[in-house]
Amino acid sequence: MPEPMGFFTDTTVCIGCKACEVACKEWNQLPAENGGIGELSGDSYDNTRKLDGIHWRHVRFIEQFKGPYDGRWLMMSDVCKHCVQAGCLEVCPTGAIIRTEFDTVVIQSDVCNGCRACIAACPFGVIDVNPVSGTAQKCTLCYDRLKVGLEPACSKACPTDSIQFGSIVELRTRAHKRVDQLKAQGVKAELYGADPDGALGGLNSFYLLVDEPEVYGLPRKPTLPSRNLTKSASFSFASAAVLGVLALVGLRKRRMDGMGGPGGGGPN
Amino acid sequence: MSDTFFSGAPHWTWFIIPYFFVGGLAGGAYFLAAALDWFGRPEDRPVVRTGYDVAAVGAILSGLLLTIDLGRPLRFWHMLFQSENFPALMFKGWSPISFGAWAILLFGLFSVLSALGARAEEGRLQLPALRAIGGVVKGGVAKLVAGVGGLLGLFIAGYTGILLSVTNRPIWADSPWLGALFLASGASTGAATLILLSPGRGATERSLGWLSWFDARALVVELLVLILFLASLGPVNRVWVSFWGLVLLVGVIGFGILAPLRMHAKPAQAARLVLLGGFLLRIATLLASEGIDRYRVVAGS
Repeated sequence: MPEPMGFFTDTTVCIGCKACEVACKEWNQLPAENGGIGELSGDSYDNTRKLDGIHWRHVRFIEQFKGPYDGRWLMMSDVCKHCVQAGCLEVCPTGAIIRTEFDTVVIQSDVCNGCRACIAACPFGVIDVNPVSGTAQKCTLCYDRLKVGLEPACSKACPTDSIQFGSIVELRTRAHKRVDQLKAQGVKAELYGADPDGALGGLNSFYLLVDEPEVYGLPRKPTLPSRNLTKSASFSFASAAVLGVLALVGLRKRRMDGMGGPGGGGPN
Repeated sequence: MSDTFFSGAPHWTWFIIPYFFVGGLAGGAYFLAAALDWFGRPEDRPVVRTGYDVAAVGAILSGLLLTIDLGRPLRFWHMLFQSENFPALMFKGWSPISFGAWAILLFGLFSVLSALGARAEEGRLQLPALRAIGGVVKGGVAKLVAGVGGLLGLFIAGYTGILLSVTNRPIWADSPWLGALFLASGASTGAATLILLSPGRGATERSLGWLSWFDARALVVELLVLILFLASLGPVNRVWVSFWGLVLLVGVIGFGILAPLRMHAKPAQAARLVLLGGFLLRIATLLASEGIDRYRVVAGS
Protein backbone atom coordinates (compact mmCIF):
# COMPACT_ATOMS: atom_id res chain seq x y z
CA MET A 1 0.00 0.00 0.00
CA PRO A 2 1.55 3.33 -1.03
CA GLU A 3 1.85 6.01 1.64
CA PRO A 4 -0.19 9.25 1.46
CA MET A 5 1.26 11.59 -1.16
CA GLY A 6 0.71 15.25 -1.81
CA PHE A 7 2.04 18.74 -2.41
CA PHE A 8 3.79 21.23 -0.17
CA THR A 9 3.62 24.66 -1.79
CA ASP A 10 6.14 27.18 -0.48
CA THR A 11 4.63 30.46 -1.66
CA THR A 12 7.78 32.42 -0.75
CA VAL A 13 9.68 31.01 -3.73
CA CYS A 14 6.87 31.15 -6.31
CA ILE A 15 7.82 33.54 -9.11
CA GLY A 16 4.49 33.46 -10.91
CA CYS A 17 5.88 31.90 -14.08
CA LYS A 18 2.76 29.72 -14.53
CA ALA A 19 4.81 26.76 -15.74
CA CYS A 20 2.63 24.61 -13.45
CA GLU A 21 -0.56 25.88 -15.06
CA VAL A 22 0.76 25.12 -18.53
CA ALA A 23 2.13 21.70 -17.58
CA CYS A 24 -1.20 20.78 -15.99
CA LYS A 25 -3.15 21.90 -19.05
CA GLU A 26 -0.83 20.02 -21.40
CA TRP A 27 -0.71 16.74 -19.50
CA ASN A 28 -4.44 16.64 -18.77
CA GLN A 29 -5.37 17.93 -22.24
CA LEU A 30 -7.58 20.64 -20.77
CA PRO A 31 -9.24 22.91 -23.32
CA ALA A 32 -8.52 26.60 -23.73
CA GLU A 33 -10.96 29.17 -22.51
CA ASN A 34 -12.90 31.41 -24.85
CA GLY A 35 -11.64 29.55 -27.93
CA GLY A 36 -8.04 30.32 -27.04
CA ILE A 37 -8.52 34.08 -27.20
CA GLY A 38 -6.96 35.53 -24.07
CA GLU A 39 -9.17 37.61 -21.82
CA LEU A 40 -7.52 40.12 -19.53
CA SER A 41 -8.87 40.52 -16.03
CA GLY A 42 -8.36 44.27 -16.26
CA ASP A 43 -7.49 44.83 -12.61
CA SER A 44 -4.65 42.39 -12.01
CA TYR A 45 -1.74 40.65 -13.69
CA ASP A 46 -3.61 37.46 -12.77
CA ASN A 47 -5.66 36.64 -15.84
CA THR A 48 -6.59 33.05 -14.97
CA ARG A 49 -8.41 34.36 -11.87
CA LYS A 50 -9.73 31.08 -10.46
CA LEU A 51 -9.68 27.33 -10.41
CA ASP A 52 -12.43 25.66 -12.42
CA GLY A 53 -13.22 22.68 -14.63
CA ILE A 54 -10.55 23.59 -17.18
CA HIS A 55 -8.02 25.24 -14.86
CA TRP A 56 -6.85 22.67 -12.33
CA ARG A 57 -3.86 24.83 -11.38
CA HIS A 58 -4.04 28.56 -10.84
CA VAL A 59 -1.18 30.84 -9.86
CA ARG A 60 -2.75 33.53 -7.71
CA PHE A 61 -1.20 36.97 -8.04
CA ILE A 62 -1.85 38.99 -4.92
CA GLU A 63 -0.83 42.55 -5.54
CA GLN A 64 -0.49 44.38 -2.22
CA PHE A 65 0.42 47.91 -3.27
CA LYS A 66 -0.30 51.16 -1.46
CA GLY A 67 1.60 53.16 -4.05
CA PRO A 68 3.84 52.59 -7.08
CA TYR A 69 6.92 51.88 -4.98
CA ASP A 70 5.27 50.75 -1.75
CA GLY A 71 4.10 47.19 -1.79
CA ARG A 72 4.78 43.58 -2.55
CA TRP A 73 3.68 40.70 -4.69
CA LEU A 74 2.45 37.47 -3.16
CA MET A 75 2.14 34.47 -5.45
CA MET A 76 0.61 31.11 -4.75
CA SER A 77 0.05 28.18 -7.06
CA ASP A 78 -3.42 27.05 -6.00
CA VAL A 79 -4.83 23.57 -6.56
CA CYS A 80 -7.24 21.02 -5.08
CA LYS A 81 -6.31 20.46 -1.43
CA HIS A 82 -6.99 16.68 -1.52
CA CYS A 83 -8.52 17.02 1.96
CA VAL A 84 -8.20 14.06 4.30
CA GLN A 85 -11.88 14.65 5.10
CA ALA A 86 -13.20 15.80 1.73
CA GLY A 87 -16.54 17.60 1.48
CA CYS A 88 -16.86 16.81 -2.23
CA LEU A 89 -16.44 13.10 -1.63
CA GLU A 90 -18.89 13.25 1.27
CA VAL A 91 -21.82 14.63 -0.77
CA CYS A 92 -21.19 13.04 -4.21
CA PRO A 93 -24.39 11.08 -4.91
CA THR A 94 -22.99 8.93 -7.74
CA GLY A 95 -19.82 7.60 -6.14
CA ALA A 96 -17.82 9.35 -8.87
CA ILE A 97 -15.49 10.93 -6.30
CA ILE A 98 -13.12 8.43 -4.77
CA ARG A 99 -10.11 8.35 -2.45
CA THR A 100 -7.17 6.69 -4.12
CA GLU A 101 -4.47 4.45 -2.70
CA PHE A 102 -2.28 7.60 -2.50
CA ASP A 103 -4.84 9.26 -0.15
CA THR A 104 -5.72 11.73 -2.90
CA VAL A 105 -9.23 12.63 -4.08
CA VAL A 106 -10.18 11.96 -7.70
CA ILE A 107 -13.36 12.55 -9.72
CA GLN A 108 -14.07 9.69 -12.14
CA SER A 109 -15.33 11.53 -15.19
CA ASP A 110 -17.09 8.47 -16.62
CA VAL A 111 -19.21 8.11 -13.47
CA CYS A 112 -19.97 11.80 -12.72
CA ASN A 113 -23.34 12.97 -14.06
CA GLY A 114 -22.77 16.68 -13.54
CA CYS A 115 -25.15 17.28 -10.60
CA ARG A 116 -22.64 19.80 -9.21
CA ALA A 117 -23.24 19.00 -5.52
CA CYS A 118 -19.46 18.75 -5.07
CA ILE A 119 -18.97 22.31 -6.33
CA ALA A 120 -21.13 23.72 -3.53
CA ALA A 121 -19.61 21.34 -0.98
CA CYS A 122 -15.95 22.27 -1.55
CA PRO A 123 -14.95 24.97 0.97
CA PHE A 124 -12.12 26.14 -1.31
CA GLY A 125 -14.03 26.73 -4.57
CA VAL A 126 -11.80 24.26 -6.38
CA ILE A 127 -14.26 22.25 -8.48
CA ASP A 128 -16.28 23.35 -11.49
CA VAL A 129 -17.85 21.85 -14.57
CA ASN A 130 -15.71 21.18 -17.62
CA PRO A 131 -17.95 22.39 -20.45
CA VAL A 132 -16.49 19.81 -22.84
CA SER A 133 -17.24 16.76 -20.70
CA GLY A 134 -20.29 18.17 -18.89
CA THR A 135 -18.89 16.71 -15.67
CA ALA A 136 -17.29 18.19 -12.56
CA GLN A 137 -13.52 18.23 -12.76
CA LYS A 138 -10.49 19.22 -10.74
CA CYS A 139 -6.88 18.26 -10.10
CA THR A 140 -6.34 14.49 -9.86
CA LEU A 141 -2.84 14.98 -8.41
CA CYS A 142 -1.90 13.30 -11.71
CA TYR A 143 -3.28 9.94 -10.59
CA ASP A 144 -2.33 8.43 -13.94
CA ARG A 145 1.30 9.54 -13.52
CA LEU A 146 1.45 8.43 -9.89
CA LYS A 147 0.33 4.94 -10.81
CA VAL A 148 3.38 4.51 -13.04
CA GLY A 149 5.79 6.11 -10.60
CA LEU A 150 5.94 9.56 -12.20
CA GLU A 151 5.81 12.91 -10.43
CA PRO A 152 2.77 15.14 -11.10
CA ALA A 153 3.24 17.39 -14.13
CA CYS A 154 2.98 20.68 -12.20
CA SER A 155 5.62 19.97 -9.55
CA LYS A 156 7.87 18.46 -12.22
CA ALA A 157 7.64 21.70 -14.21
CA CYS A 158 8.06 24.10 -11.26
CA PRO A 159 11.45 25.79 -11.78
CA THR A 160 11.84 27.03 -8.18
CA ASP A 161 10.50 24.02 -6.28
CA SER A 162 7.73 26.16 -4.92
CA ILE A 163 5.55 23.11 -5.56
CA GLN A 164 7.12 20.10 -3.91
CA PHE A 165 5.71 16.61 -4.34
CA GLY A 166 6.32 13.70 -2.00
CA SER A 167 5.06 11.68 0.92
CA ILE A 168 2.98 13.80 3.29
CA VAL A 169 5.04 12.84 6.33
CA GLU A 170 8.28 13.85 4.65
CA LEU A 171 6.77 17.04 3.21
CA ARG A 172 5.54 18.13 6.64
CA THR A 173 8.99 17.72 8.12
CA ARG A 174 10.48 19.73 5.27
CA ALA A 175 7.78 22.42 5.65
CA HIS A 176 8.36 22.87 9.38
CA LYS A 177 12.11 23.29 8.77
CA ARG A 178 11.39 25.93 6.15
CA VAL A 179 9.06 27.82 8.50
CA ASP A 180 11.76 27.81 11.20
CA GLN A 181 14.29 29.08 8.68
CA LEU A 182 12.01 31.93 7.57
CA LYS A 183 11.08 32.89 11.12
CA ALA A 184 14.78 33.08 11.98
CA GLN A 185 15.06 35.61 9.16
CA GLY A 186 12.20 37.64 10.62
CA VAL A 187 9.61 36.58 8.09
CA LYS A 188 6.08 35.95 9.37
CA ALA A 189 5.51 32.45 7.97
CA GLU A 190 2.77 29.94 8.82
CA LEU A 191 1.71 26.60 7.45
CA TYR A 192 -1.84 26.21 6.18
CA GLY A 193 -3.37 22.72 6.21
CA ALA A 194 -0.30 20.86 7.48
CA ASP A 195 -1.79 19.92 10.84
CA PRO A 196 -3.35 16.41 10.75
CA ASP A 197 -5.40 17.36 13.82
CA GLY A 198 -6.55 20.61 12.21
CA ALA A 199 -9.36 21.45 9.81
CA LEU A 200 -10.59 18.59 7.61
CA GLY A 201 -8.03 16.22 9.12
CA GLY A 202 -5.28 18.09 7.32
CA LEU A 203 -4.82 18.87 3.66
CA ASN A 204 -2.73 16.66 1.40
CA SER A 205 -1.90 19.80 -0.53
CA PHE A 206 -0.75 22.29 2.08
CA TYR A 207 0.88 25.71 1.96
CA LEU A 208 3.43 27.98 3.51
CA LEU A 209 1.91 31.47 3.71
CA VAL A 210 3.33 34.82 4.76
CA ASP A 211 -0.01 36.56 5.28
CA GLU A 212 -3.48 35.69 6.56
CA PRO A 213 -5.22 32.80 4.74
CA GLU A 214 -8.02 35.09 3.54
CA VAL A 215 -5.47 37.19 1.64
CA TYR A 216 -4.69 34.12 -0.45
CA GLY A 217 -8.40 33.35 -0.96
CA LEU A 218 -8.36 30.53 1.58
CA PRO A 219 -11.00 30.05 4.31
CA ARG A 220 -9.60 30.31 7.84
CA LYS A 221 -11.45 27.26 9.16
CA PRO A 222 -12.71 25.12 6.28
CA THR A 223 -15.42 22.67 7.35
CA LEU A 224 -17.37 19.71 6.02
CA PRO A 225 -20.84 20.40 4.61
CA SER A 226 -22.33 17.69 6.84
CA ARG A 227 -21.80 19.90 9.92
CA ASN A 228 -25.30 21.29 9.25
CA LEU A 229 -27.06 17.99 8.56
CA THR A 230 -28.30 17.01 12.03
CA LYS A 231 -29.43 20.49 13.05
CA SER A 232 -31.08 21.22 9.72
CA ALA A 233 -32.89 17.86 9.69
CA SER A 234 -34.04 18.37 13.30
CA PHE A 235 -35.50 21.81 12.59
CA SER A 236 -37.21 20.46 9.47
CA PHE A 237 -38.68 17.59 11.47
CA ALA A 238 -39.96 20.07 14.07
CA SER A 239 -41.51 22.19 11.32
CA ALA A 240 -43.18 19.08 9.83
CA ALA A 241 -44.51 18.11 13.25
CA VAL A 242 -46.00 21.58 13.82
CA LEU A 243 -47.67 21.58 10.40
CA GLY A 244 -48.98 18.04 10.91
CA VAL A 245 -50.50 18.99 14.25
CA LEU A 246 -52.02 22.12 12.70
CA ALA A 247 -53.67 20.06 9.96
CA LEU A 248 -55.18 17.69 12.51
CA VAL A 249 -56.24 20.50 14.85
CA GLY A 250 -58.01 22.13 11.91
CA LEU A 251 -59.88 18.95 11.08
CA ARG A 252 -60.81 18.39 14.72
CA LYS A 253 -61.99 21.98 15.07
CA ARG A 254 -64.14 21.55 12.00
CA ARG A 255 -65.70 18.43 13.44
CA MET A 256 -66.24 19.97 16.88
CA ASP A 257 -67.61 23.28 15.64
CA GLY A 258 -70.00 21.88 13.08
CA MET A 259 -69.01 24.91 11.16
CA GLY A 260 -70.66 26.89 8.46
CA GLY A 261 -69.28 28.19 5.19
CA PRO A 262 -66.10 30.09 4.50
CA GLY A 263 -65.47 33.23 6.44
CA GLY A 264 -67.24 31.77 9.42
CA GLY A 265 -64.14 32.16 11.52
CA GLY A 266 -63.27 28.47 11.61
CA PRO A 267 -61.72 25.93 9.31
CA ASN A 268 -65.19 24.76 8.22
CA MET B 1 -16.28 37.22 6.74
CA SER B 2 -17.91 33.80 6.79
CA ASP B 3 -15.72 31.01 5.45
CA THR B 4 -18.55 30.14 3.05
CA PHE B 5 -17.55 33.08 0.86
CA PHE B 6 -14.53 31.17 -0.46
CA SER B 7 -16.57 28.42 -2.13
CA GLY B 8 -17.71 28.24 -5.75
CA ALA B 9 -21.26 28.61 -7.08
CA PRO B 10 -22.81 25.33 -8.32
CA HIS B 11 -24.93 27.03 -11.04
CA TRP B 12 -28.21 25.70 -9.63
CA THR B 13 -30.52 28.11 -11.39
CA TRP B 14 -33.39 27.90 -13.86
CA PHE B 15 -34.12 24.18 -13.69
CA ILE B 16 -33.45 23.79 -9.98
CA ILE B 17 -35.50 26.82 -8.87
CA PRO B 18 -38.69 25.51 -10.54
CA TYR B 19 -37.90 22.04 -9.18
CA PHE B 20 -37.62 23.34 -5.62
CA PHE B 21 -40.94 25.16 -6.08
CA VAL B 22 -42.82 22.34 -7.81
CA GLY B 23 -41.37 19.66 -5.54
CA GLY B 24 -42.35 21.60 -2.42
CA LEU B 25 -45.82 22.31 -3.74
CA ALA B 26 -46.36 18.67 -4.79
CA GLY B 27 -45.13 17.38 -1.43
CA GLY B 28 -47.38 19.80 0.45
CA ALA B 29 -50.41 18.99 -1.70
CA TYR B 30 -49.94 15.25 -1.17
CA PHE B 31 -49.53 15.69 2.59
CA LEU B 32 -52.80 17.64 2.81
CA ALA B 33 -54.62 15.16 0.56
CA ALA B 34 -53.36 12.29 2.70
CA ALA B 35 -54.46 14.08 5.90
CA LEU B 36 -57.97 14.44 4.45
CA ASP B 37 -57.88 10.85 3.17
CA TRP B 38 -57.18 9.59 6.67
CA PHE B 39 -59.09 12.00 8.86
CA GLY B 40 -61.48 13.87 6.56
CA ARG B 41 -65.06 13.28 5.47
CA PRO B 42 -66.48 11.78 2.27
CA GLU B 43 -67.20 15.31 1.07
CA ASP B 44 -63.43 15.98 1.08
CA ARG B 45 -62.79 13.44 -1.68
CA PRO B 46 -62.56 16.05 -4.49
CA VAL B 47 -59.72 17.77 -2.62
CA VAL B 48 -58.04 14.42 -1.94
CA ARG B 49 -58.22 13.46 -5.62
CA THR B 50 -56.91 16.87 -6.69
CA GLY B 51 -54.05 16.61 -4.22
CA TYR B 52 -52.97 13.24 -5.53
CA ASP B 53 -53.14 14.48 -9.13
CA VAL B 54 -51.08 17.59 -8.31
CA ALA B 55 -48.52 15.43 -6.51
CA ALA B 56 -48.22 12.93 -9.36
CA VAL B 57 -47.77 15.61 -12.00
CA GLY B 58 -45.42 17.54 -9.72
CA ALA B 59 -43.29 14.49 -8.97
CA ILE B 60 -42.92 13.62 -12.66
CA LEU B 61 -42.12 17.22 -13.51
CA SER B 62 -39.59 17.33 -10.66
CA GLY B 63 -37.81 14.26 -11.98
CA LEU B 64 -37.66 15.77 -15.46
CA LEU B 65 -36.32 19.11 -14.21
CA LEU B 66 -33.65 17.39 -12.11
CA THR B 67 -32.58 15.21 -15.03
CA ILE B 68 -32.42 18.06 -17.54
CA ASP B 69 -30.30 20.07 -15.12
CA LEU B 70 -27.56 17.44 -15.02
CA GLY B 71 -24.42 18.02 -17.06
CA ARG B 72 -24.89 14.47 -18.38
CA PRO B 73 -28.67 13.83 -18.23
CA LEU B 74 -28.45 10.25 -19.56
CA ARG B 75 -26.43 9.36 -16.47
CA PHE B 76 -29.29 10.29 -14.11
CA TRP B 77 -29.46 6.64 -12.99
CA HIS B 78 -25.95 6.90 -11.53
CA MET B 79 -27.66 8.51 -8.51
CA LEU B 80 -29.66 5.34 -7.90
CA PHE B 81 -27.35 2.51 -8.94
CA GLN B 82 -23.60 2.06 -8.89
CA SER B 83 -22.72 2.57 -12.55
CA GLU B 84 -19.71 0.27 -12.40
CA ASN B 85 -21.41 -2.35 -10.28
CA PHE B 86 -24.99 -2.44 -11.56
CA PRO B 87 -27.49 -3.32 -10.06
CA ALA B 88 -25.90 -2.53 -6.69
CA LEU B 89 -27.73 0.44 -5.18
CA MET B 90 -26.12 3.87 -4.80
CA PHE B 91 -27.20 5.45 -1.53
CA LYS B 92 -25.52 7.77 0.94
CA GLY B 93 -27.70 8.46 3.96
CA TRP B 94 -25.57 11.44 4.95
CA SER B 95 -25.83 13.15 1.54
CA PRO B 96 -29.16 15.00 1.04
CA ILE B 97 -28.81 14.89 -2.75
CA SER B 98 -28.39 11.11 -2.59
CA PHE B 99 -31.33 10.32 -0.32
CA GLY B 100 -33.29 13.05 -2.10
CA ALA B 101 -32.90 11.19 -5.40
CA TRP B 102 -34.39 8.07 -3.83
CA ALA B 103 -37.09 10.08 -2.06
CA ILE B 104 -38.26 11.76 -5.27
CA LEU B 105 -38.41 8.35 -6.99
CA LEU B 106 -40.46 6.83 -4.15
CA PHE B 107 -42.64 9.92 -3.85
CA GLY B 108 -43.33 9.71 -7.59
CA LEU B 109 -44.31 6.06 -7.20
CA PHE B 110 -46.63 6.67 -4.26
CA SER B 111 -48.22 9.78 -5.74
CA VAL B 112 -48.89 8.04 -9.07
CA LEU B 113 -50.40 5.05 -7.23
CA SER B 114 -52.64 7.35 -5.19
CA ALA B 115 -53.65 9.33 -8.27
CA LEU B 116 -54.52 6.13 -10.12
CA GLY B 117 -56.50 4.90 -7.12
CA ALA B 118 -58.40 8.17 -6.96
CA ARG B 119 -59.14 8.10 -10.68
CA ALA B 120 -60.29 4.49 -10.48
CA GLU B 121 -62.64 5.61 -7.70
CA GLU B 122 -64.16 8.10 -10.13
CA GLY B 123 -64.20 5.55 -12.97
CA ARG B 124 -61.99 7.79 -15.08
CA LEU B 125 -59.34 5.25 -16.10
CA GLN B 126 -59.64 3.92 -19.64
CA LEU B 127 -56.57 1.72 -20.07
CA PRO B 128 -57.10 -1.76 -18.59
CA ALA B 129 -53.59 -1.90 -17.08
CA LEU B 130 -54.03 1.42 -15.30
CA ARG B 131 -57.55 0.42 -14.24
CA ALA B 132 -56.13 -2.76 -12.72
CA ILE B 133 -53.46 -0.86 -10.78
CA GLY B 134 -55.92 1.82 -9.71
CA GLY B 135 -58.39 -0.85 -8.62
CA VAL B 136 -55.88 -2.26 -6.15
CA VAL B 137 -55.29 1.11 -4.49
CA LYS B 138 -58.47 1.32 -2.45
CA GLY B 139 -59.59 0.82 1.13
CA GLY B 140 -56.77 -0.14 3.46
CA VAL B 141 -54.15 -0.24 0.69
CA ALA B 142 -55.05 3.31 -0.35
CA LYS B 143 -54.79 4.47 3.27
CA LEU B 144 -51.40 2.80 3.65
CA VAL B 145 -50.12 4.31 0.41
CA ALA B 146 -51.44 7.72 1.49
CA GLY B 147 -49.79 7.43 4.90
CA VAL B 148 -46.35 6.62 3.56
CA GLY B 149 -46.73 9.04 0.63
CA GLY B 150 -47.82 11.83 2.98
CA LEU B 151 -44.65 11.46 5.01
CA LEU B 152 -42.62 11.35 1.78
CA GLY B 153 -44.43 14.49 0.66
CA LEU B 154 -43.32 16.37 3.76
CA PHE B 155 -39.82 15.04 3.23
CA ILE B 156 -39.74 16.23 -0.41
CA ALA B 157 -40.99 19.66 0.64
CA GLY B 158 -38.21 20.04 3.22
CA TYR B 159 -35.17 18.13 2.04
CA THR B 160 -34.36 20.68 -0.67
CA GLY B 161 -33.61 23.23 2.04
CA ILE B 162 -31.48 20.69 3.93
CA LEU B 163 -29.64 20.01 0.68
CA LEU B 164 -28.73 23.68 0.45
CA SER B 165 -27.64 23.82 4.09
CA VAL B 166 -25.36 20.80 3.63
CA THR B 167 -22.97 22.73 1.38
CA ASN B 168 -20.32 25.36 1.95
CA ARG B 169 -22.13 28.18 0.16
CA PRO B 170 -22.95 31.63 1.58
CA ILE B 171 -26.49 31.97 3.03
CA TRP B 172 -27.34 28.27 2.48
CA ALA B 173 -24.67 26.83 4.77
CA ASP B 174 -24.79 29.78 7.15
CA SER B 175 -28.17 28.75 8.57
CA PRO B 176 -29.79 25.45 9.58
CA TRP B 177 -33.31 26.83 9.02
CA LEU B 178 -33.68 26.49 5.23
CA GLY B 179 -35.14 22.96 5.43
CA ALA B 180 -37.83 24.07 7.88
CA LEU B 181 -38.50 27.19 5.81
CA PHE B 182 -38.93 25.30 2.55
CA LEU B 183 -41.12 22.74 4.29
CA ALA B 184 -43.48 25.42 5.62
CA SER B 185 -43.49 27.07 2.21
CA GLY B 186 -44.23 23.71 0.55
CA ALA B 187 -47.21 23.22 2.85
CA SER B 188 -48.57 26.72 2.21
CA THR B 189 -48.08 26.55 -1.58
CA GLY B 190 -49.56 23.03 -1.63
CA ALA B 191 -52.67 24.29 0.18
CA ALA B 192 -52.85 27.30 -2.16
CA THR B 193 -52.71 25.03 -5.21
CA LEU B 194 -55.56 22.91 -3.84
CA ILE B 195 -57.61 26.03 -3.08
CA LEU B 196 -57.24 27.06 -6.72
CA LEU B 197 -57.68 23.68 -8.42
CA SER B 198 -60.05 21.61 -6.31
CA PRO B 199 -63.21 23.71 -6.91
CA GLY B 200 -63.02 22.49 -10.51
CA ARG B 201 -63.24 18.93 -9.20
CA GLY B 202 -66.28 19.68 -7.06
CA ALA B 203 -64.71 20.62 -3.72
CA THR B 204 -67.19 21.79 -1.10
CA GLU B 205 -67.04 25.08 0.78
CA ARG B 206 -66.24 23.19 3.97
CA SER B 207 -63.22 21.52 2.40
CA LEU B 208 -62.02 24.81 0.97
CA GLY B 209 -62.57 26.48 4.33
CA TRP B 210 -60.28 23.97 6.01
CA LEU B 211 -57.63 24.51 3.33
CA SER B 212 -57.77 28.29 3.84
CA TRP B 213 -57.60 27.87 7.60
CA PHE B 214 -54.56 25.63 7.30
CA ASP B 215 -52.89 27.85 4.68
CA ALA B 216 -53.12 30.90 6.93
CA ARG B 217 -51.45 29.02 9.77
CA ALA B 218 -48.80 27.53 7.51
CA LEU B 219 -48.01 31.09 6.40
CA VAL B 220 -47.58 32.17 10.03
CA VAL B 221 -45.21 29.23 10.61
CA GLU B 222 -43.34 30.19 7.42
CA LEU B 223 -43.01 33.79 8.59
CA LEU B 224 -41.70 32.74 12.00
CA VAL B 225 -39.17 30.35 10.45
CA LEU B 226 -38.14 33.03 7.96
CA ILE B 227 -37.41 35.39 10.86
CA LEU B 228 -35.38 32.67 12.58
CA PHE B 229 -33.55 32.01 9.29
CA LEU B 230 -32.59 35.66 8.90
CA ALA B 231 -31.61 35.96 12.57
CA SER B 232 -29.33 32.93 12.27
CA LEU B 233 -27.46 34.44 9.30
CA GLY B 234 -25.87 37.12 11.48
CA PRO B 235 -23.32 39.22 9.58
CA VAL B 236 -24.04 37.28 6.37
CA ASN B 237 -27.29 39.25 6.19
CA ARG B 238 -25.38 41.99 4.40
CA VAL B 239 -25.86 39.94 1.20
CA TRP B 240 -29.51 41.02 1.32
CA VAL B 241 -28.46 44.59 0.67
CA SER B 242 -29.11 43.81 -2.97
CA PHE B 243 -31.91 43.22 -5.46
CA TRP B 244 -32.55 39.80 -3.88
CA GLY B 245 -33.11 41.43 -0.50
CA LEU B 246 -35.84 43.52 -2.09
CA VAL B 247 -37.38 40.41 -3.61
CA LEU B 248 -37.32 38.72 -0.19
CA LEU B 249 -38.77 41.68 1.67
CA VAL B 250 -41.39 42.86 -0.80
CA GLY B 251 -42.10 39.75 -2.86
CA VAL B 252 -41.86 36.98 -0.29
CA ILE B 253 -42.76 38.65 3.01
CA GLY B 254 -45.01 41.43 1.66
CA PHE B 255 -46.91 39.86 -1.22
CA GLY B 256 -46.34 36.19 -0.40
CA ILE B 257 -47.08 36.09 3.33
CA LEU B 258 -48.50 39.28 4.86
CA ALA B 259 -50.90 40.20 2.04
CA PRO B 260 -52.53 36.72 1.86
CA LEU B 261 -52.91 36.71 5.64
CA ARG B 262 -55.04 39.86 5.35
CA MET B 263 -57.19 38.54 2.51
CA HIS B 264 -59.58 36.17 4.34
CA ALA B 265 -62.51 37.09 2.13
CA LYS B 266 -60.71 36.36 -1.13
CA PRO B 267 -59.14 32.91 -0.76
CA ALA B 268 -58.45 32.45 -4.47
CA GLN B 269 -56.56 35.74 -4.75
CA ALA B 270 -54.70 34.99 -1.53
CA ALA B 271 -53.74 31.57 -2.91
CA ARG B 272 -52.27 33.13 -6.06
CA LEU B 273 -50.15 35.45 -3.94
CA VAL B 274 -49.00 32.52 -1.79
CA LEU B 275 -47.82 30.72 -4.94
CA LEU B 276 -46.01 33.84 -6.12
CA GLY B 277 -44.35 34.22 -2.71
CA GLY B 278 -43.27 30.57 -2.67
CA PHE B 279 -41.66 30.87 -6.08
CA LEU B 280 -39.93 34.14 -5.16
CA LEU B 281 -38.64 32.55 -1.95
CA ARG B 282 -36.79 29.92 -4.01
CA ILE B 283 -35.54 32.54 -6.47
CA ALA B 284 -34.24 34.86 -3.74
CA THR B 285 -32.54 32.18 -1.64
CA LEU B 286 -30.88 30.46 -4.58
CA LEU B 287 -29.87 33.42 -6.71
CA ALA B 288 -28.67 35.55 -3.78
CA SER B 289 -26.08 32.86 -3.07
CA GLU B 290 -25.41 31.94 -6.69
CA GLY B 291 -24.61 35.58 -7.39
CA ILE B 292 -21.77 35.61 -4.91
CA ASP B 293 -18.77 34.39 -6.83
CA ARG B 294 -15.90 33.05 -4.89
CA TYR B 295 -13.87 35.49 -2.90
CA ARG B 296 -11.45 37.21 -5.18
CA VAL B 297 -8.15 38.52 -4.08
CA VAL B 298 -8.12 42.14 -5.06
CA ALA B 299 -4.92 44.06 -5.43
CA GLY B 300 -3.98 45.86 -2.27
CA SER B 301 -6.59 44.23 -0.05
